[in-house]
Amino acid sequence: MSEHRPRVGVVTFPGSLDDRDALRAVALMGGDPVPVWHADRSLGEADAVILPGGFSYGDYLRTGAIARFAPAMESVAAFATAGGPVLGICNGFQILCEAGLLPGALVRNRGLAFVCRWITVRVEHGSPGSAESSDNLTIGREGELLSVPIKHGEGRFVASAEELRRLEAAGQVAFRYCSPVGLVSDDFNPNGSAANIAGVWNEKGNVLGLMPHPEHAVDPDLGPTGGQPILQWLLSAARARVPA
Amino acid sequence: MTGTTGDIPATAPPLHRTLGLTDAEYEAIVSRLGRAPEPPELAMYSVMWSEHCSYKSSKVHLRTLPTEGPQVLVGPGQDAGVVDVGDGVACVFKMESHSHPSAIEPYQGAATGVGGIVRDVLSMGARPAALLDPLRFGGLDDERNRYLFGGVVAGIGGYGNCIGVPTVGGEVKFADCHGANPTVNVMCLGFVPADALLQSRAGEPGSVLLLIGAATGRDGIGGVSVLASQTLEEDAHASRPSVQIGDPFLEKLLIEACLELKDLGLLEGLKDLGGAGLTCAVSEAAAGVRLGADLDLDQVALREPGMESFDILISESQERMLAIVRPQDVPAAQAVCAKWGLTGAAVATFVEGGTLTVRRAGDVDARVPARSLADEGPEYDRPAERPDWLDALQAEDPAASPAPVSIEDAFASVLGSPNVAGTRWAFEQYDSLVQGQTVVGPGADAAVVRIEGTLRAVAVSSDGNGRYGFLDPYAGAVHAVAEAARNVASVGATPAAITNCLNFGNPERPEVMWQFREAVRGMADACRAFGTPVTGGNVSFYNESGGSAIYPTPVIGMLGILDDYRLLVRGGFPADGLAIYALGATRPELGGSEYAEVVLGKVCGRPPVVDLDVEARLHRLLAASSRAHVLASSHDCSDGGIAAALAEAAIAGGIGFDVVPPGGGIAAHLWLFAESASRAIVAPTLGSERAFEELASAHGVPCARIGTTGGDRLRFRDLFDVSLADAIVVYESAIPRLMSAGRVAV
Repeated sequence: MSEHRPRVGVVTFPGSLDDRDALRAVALMGGDPVPVWHADRSLGEADAVILPGGFSYGDYLRTGAIARFAPAMESVAAFATAGGPVLGICNGFQILCEAGLLPGALVRNRGLAFVCRWITVRVEHGSPGSAESSDNLTIGREGELLSVPIKHGEGRFVASAEELRRLEAAGQVAFRYCSPVGLVSDDFNPNGSAANIAGVWNEKGNVLGLMPHPEHAVDPDLGPTGGQPILQWLLSAARARVPA
Repeated sequence: MTGTTGDIPATAPPLHRTLGLTDAEYEAIVSRLGRAPEPPELAMYSVMWSEHCSYKSSKVHLRTLPTEGPQVLVGPGQDAGVVDVGDGVACVFKMESHSHPSAIEPYQGAATGVGGIVRDVLSMGARPAALLDPLRFGGLDDERNRYLFGGVVAGIGGYGNCIGVPTVGGEVKFADCHGANPTVNVMCLGFVPADALLQSRAGEPGSVLLLIGAATGRDGIGGVSVLASQTLEEDAHASRPSVQIGDPFLEKLLIEACLELKDLGLLEGLKDLGGAGLTCAVSEAAAGVRLGADLDLDQVALREPGMESFDILISESQERMLAIVRPQDVPAAQAVCAKWGLTGAAVATFVEGGTLTVRRAGDVDARVPARSLADEGPEYDRPAERPDWLDALQAEDPAASPAPVSIEDAFASVLGSPNVAGTRWAFEQYDSLVQGQTVVGPGADAAVVRIEGTLRAVAVSSDGNGRYGFLDPYAGAVHAVAEAARNVASVGATPAAITNCLNFGNPERPEVMWQFREAVRGMADACRAFGTPVTGGNVSFYNESGGSAIYPTPVIGMLGILDDYRLLVRGGFPADGLAIYALGATRPELGGSEYAEVVLGKVCGRPPVVDLDVEARLHRLLAASSRAHVLASSHDCSDGGIAAALAEAAIAGGIGFDVVPPGGGIAAHLWLFAESASRAIVAPTLGSERAFEELASAHGVPCARIGTTGGDRLRFRDLFDVSLADAIVVYESAIPRLMSAGRVAV
């Protein structure tokens, strides 16, 4: 019996840019990609959801600040609350923070400029600290290195000191920016993020947000494939929810 | 100061002169209409007959360019050129200048340049797929030049990154002549199934013209005629309100809405609104099908009350397109616009008879033949004269200067010159990855972009050496085409066609006109030799201030085709122990070289000789080598000579080399830094050396084994050697160091 191809909804907001790339990556990784329109409440019976990169509504106010009010986001919030796996990439991460589905916030890069670059992230918690994880429900072992690109102007992760302590203690830090050999230091922090944080989990471990773009790191003809384990987690989590 | 619509004092010149029309041009309008034009009509003529829109000083020369070839689907004269790239896919591409607005307001000037070129590609029905930005600025030791460079790069990123079109290439060069006049060119390419290409000439009587996108405001009033058709002088900052303001979010919606309209079969045709705004789009659309149009300004959504008809007609507000739609399709088309949150106002209808009638509030504001605006502008064969200062300049040969005291210092100066050094500082501010088809991004000889759903890819490069153009405009243009073709060939592609942007000074000066004529002649000869027709382009004149012009700079945008993107050859040394070959002949040619400028402090001599037949053979060899899988790396050899080419290949691959300069015939510094044409540095795959040598011999390309890859040093045997790490610092830090100079606390 062939493995279940989970349906992955990719929400297109006005100004989403990497939505088609996310759909393509889902298909390449063996999922069934489903476009979701921001104005619809239906998630198309998706087993998992991706909020893609871009500049939703132009992001003229504050990144993600308008998109969180889109009708589709009500459904995404309900889906996440019910334990559905959600991946927010770049602008999607910003939207999830604005919507209160992930902790912290993303502000202007330390260097004040947009930065597009291949970087390395270190896996801190391939699944969140509190969650039970089987092998295929984890992105990777602690210390594993993934080569992925970033491209953002507002990707500096910030949170209060207390919240940062809580995130670290609860194992909610998913990735940190690091050197090509895994050294976590300020020299390899491309945007000034607190504690080099590149991605975080929610408490339950079903919502993941990150600034790097895993959907641009799945095709070996184009470069490194550090995005594969991240999308693989999403597909596995979707399969785990829906018995084949 | 008074604006164009302000009260005109009694002593003011007549309106037509204020608008930039000559007395003779005014008389031509009177004779065409059989009466004196009304002010709104005069405004329409002034923008349509401006240099920027009418090409009045250049078209007599542009007609001499080769424009035809079996691969050309649409040649010059349309919004963008179109080339058949195989498998039923058409590539639409075009280059334009936004130099004048960028000199005045760098962020918005550059940003709206991106927006404009994207709409040109969109108007042919193609999804914009890649951008390239060739840029020229004055030296970065000057604070204002840093401000302009920083602002332009931020503007390109700020706009391009928000519309989901990757910026995959371009170049940045610096020369003092660009201080007051930066050159900001932008190229866009897009793909569309060849059978779904939109025709620029479309529609019939009764067809409805929908104005889609932004409301029309007072920004960019007379942007083209005010800015791009005169020189920038000291009061240029007063023109700031003429610079348009971009809204990339709206542009993204416009792209999606227009492509959806096309996919649903709701479009007869599509026109972009750029220079000269609504006047240009409506008159060109009507003239193209020999019809007239009834334009109702009451239907145009306005940003503010109190706008004159004059303003509405020539406003260059950004993010607008004009869709030509069958009357029965109007409701469906408007529904698509609404889905994307855009207005789609029926502003005009095609009518029989060729007259463009403009109505507002029940009155007729203008009634002119559409073709008189679009096709019957003036044409000048301006006097051209070779400048007499050129002889002395060419006579001084930098190769006759003594060898440098320290050849190692000379190497560091060349590698760390902002014209040679890495441009990461700029291109990391651009999203080069979105759309997921970028196989080779910025910083390489040519960018390589896949065509989704096929194995095909296009390779694109933009090139133009201003110093060469200054020393010999004919040779400068030949070099620009040759280098652009060599760059796409070096990744393994076959050069197919070009677009271009010709950046020059004031055409009313005979020496500038001579430079222009020579450059066009050089471009034509090179394009004929390589079989790469000219599919379109743009002319940017009046790039001068105080009588001092920029270097005559034709920038060539070359499109190459790769049948299978997996055959591409990258520029960096990929492994230790590979043989390194220098292809082509190195002669003692330092005229106009990077070495002459940064080491000798001279821009003089004659540019290197280009033998077009030799050059074409090199291109064919490189493409054949890629098909035969015999090359592990391949890198064009140009600015900075063999020394820079070897260093770049080492830096890109992270692997050093050990090279033995040939003794005898040529002095070491000449061998290292000469910029002789038609050369490349290649490394065959292990075991393919003989096969490659045979291939080179079969193509008649000189081929000399000069060393081996490997190690962590750049070793020029018996001359000097430096560590790879140090070379990387010199190469990568040159521009960031200069750009941060202004931020150091004093």
